[in-house]
Amino acid sequence: MQWQIEFLLFVILIIAALVALGIRNLLAAVVTLTIFSFMAALIMIYMGALDVGFTEAVVGAGVVGIFNVVAIFKTSRKSCD
Amino acid sequence: MKSQTDSPIIEVAARGLAPVIQLIGIYVFFHGHYGPGGGFQGGVLLAAGVLLLRMAVGFENSQVQVPSRKTLILCSVGALIFAGTGLVALLMGGNFMDYAHLPVPGMEAADIRYYAILFIEIGVTMAVMTALISIYDDLLGT
Repeated sequence: MQWQIEFLLFVILIIAALVALGIRNLLAAVVTLTIFSFMAALIMIYMGALDVGFTEAVVGAGVVGIFNVVAIFKTSRKSCD
Repeated sequence: MKSQTDSPIIEVAARGLAPVIQLIGIYVFFHGHYGPGGGFQGGVLLAAGVLLLRMAVGFENSQVQVPSRKTLILCSVGALIFAGTGLVALLMGGNFMDYAHLPVPGMEAADIRYYAILFIEIGVTMAVMTALISIYDDLLGT
């Protein structure tokens, strides 16, 4: 049961990254990016880097999500590319 | 996002959750001696509690906790504590941030090193927390 957990985390990480790149709704993209960041933190903790994982969870899944949401509220909700 | 939210659930939940987040931030900050954590993570958690209140109860109503005009001043004070501890050690004849040369009477060098890192962490925590709140206020454009 060692490599299965890490494999599952990596699969969720890659799926979240692809969804965040492809989705048109920017608010949903921010949420998926938060999932990506939290999975990266879990992988770092799983590899033994507790301090790096903690920083990634706090900054990537917490504050950067708030800043992105504020930036979306000040600009536009939909992607237009 | 400037006005107060219509939902009472969000407001009550944010009001109850923000002190808990800040308590965890203080715990992480003081536990940085012994385990994972430290000034940066504790400062980000302290800022996250204030940012949750800023988003939930509105910008004007959350000025009580950390006023907007004081964030950059507190950030400068934190950076001054961080650099000043190192500069005092430099002036007392040691290297930059060589805490053993700090002028504390009646303490051994190891004890001074142990407690001086706490001052560094206090400076880092203040600077990070207030800088993140200042970034949020500037993004909001108020």
